[in-house]
Amino acid sequence: MNTGDLRSSYLKGLRDGAPFILVIAPFAMVFGVLAKSAGLNVIEALAFSVAVIAGAAQFTALQLMQDQAPTLVVLASALAVNLRMAMYSASLTPYLGHLPLWKRGVVAYFLVDQAYALGIVKYEREPDMTNAERFAYFMGTVTPICPLWYGFTVIGAVVGAQISLETGLDFAMPIAFFALIGPALRTGAHGAAALVASVSALLFAFLPYNLGLLVAALLGMMAGAEIERRSEAA
Amino acid sequence: MIDRTELWIVIIGLGLGSFGLRFAFLGLVGDRPIPAWLMRHLRYTAVSVLPALIAPLIVFPPANDGQPEPVRLTAAAVALAVGFYFKNPLLAMLFGAVTLVGGLYWFG
Repeated sequence: MNTGDLRSSYLKGLRDGAPFILVIAPFAMVFGVLAKSAGLNVIEALAFSVAVIAGAAQFTALQLMQDQAPTLVVLASALAVNLRMAMYSASLTPYLGHLPLWKRGVVAYFLVDQAYALGIVKYEREPDMTNAERFAYFMGTVTPICPLWYGFTVIGAVVGAQISLETGLDFAMPIAFFALIGPALRTGAHGAAALVASVSALLFAFLPYNLGLLVAALLGMMAGAEIERRSEAA
Repeated sequence: MIDRTELWIVIIGLGLGSFGLRFAFLGLVGDRPIPAWLMRHLRYTAVSVLPALIAPLIVFPPANDGQPEPVRLTAAAVALAVGFYFKNPLLAMLFGAVTLVGGLYWFG
């Protein structure tokens, strides 16, 4: 393998990640705006985004702190939202588990929804990729995403409440995630998993600490796995 | 007002905890084999977690006080359908965003 292959893998990742600029920027800016209105200064808002890089968990933590929830509840709820990251980590391990430890550490830090969704689809479609190419592709996908997450958090925190949230900015994340789901629905089992997970998430929305998300995700995964098992047995 | 000590405990704790969750399998399992039944479940991680994360946001959008709202429902359906048929996330996002912004402009 030569460095040209790595370069091309990195560039492919960059190209696949670039469209997410359109949604990461507004989403990060919304976080900055909300952080400012909650009384955080620019450094604190930026520290949040650099330490966590996970929108949904950051919004959850901010909201609960404003509601004066106990610190342990804030941490537990926000980490529950991020439990999906452990599932991503497990799901990528067959493809990236052979990398040196420091590279696995780097992947872990940058493991955001968009990079996971792009990576897993790529690795499943192209099983011949080398470990180094997979790493290069992954780093390509996060290059346009993570720096913008930090940068637009700062812009939002500086600009503050001059931006109105009534314009549909709140919906940037759901649209972006939906855009990721469509292409991932490759078989009936994938569709069933998504359907079961969606319906369960609505049914279990009443559970505290965002546990509904975890219950729904597990039910969806079980549905997908069971249908795959039956179709293989048939 | 958020207490400063609590804020930094949350920022650092959430940062370390999130990294721990992301590192859990990649770092600790590494190249040891993963059982087939577990792999079969993990293949459906993305298509389960992402819909579960956004389904409540789409049906009960916080910006509309948690009430279902036709423009947002339509925009979500458009993004999903375009993504499914064209297998292209960018196209799906564009169509979804145009539906949302256009819809809110006309009916909002």
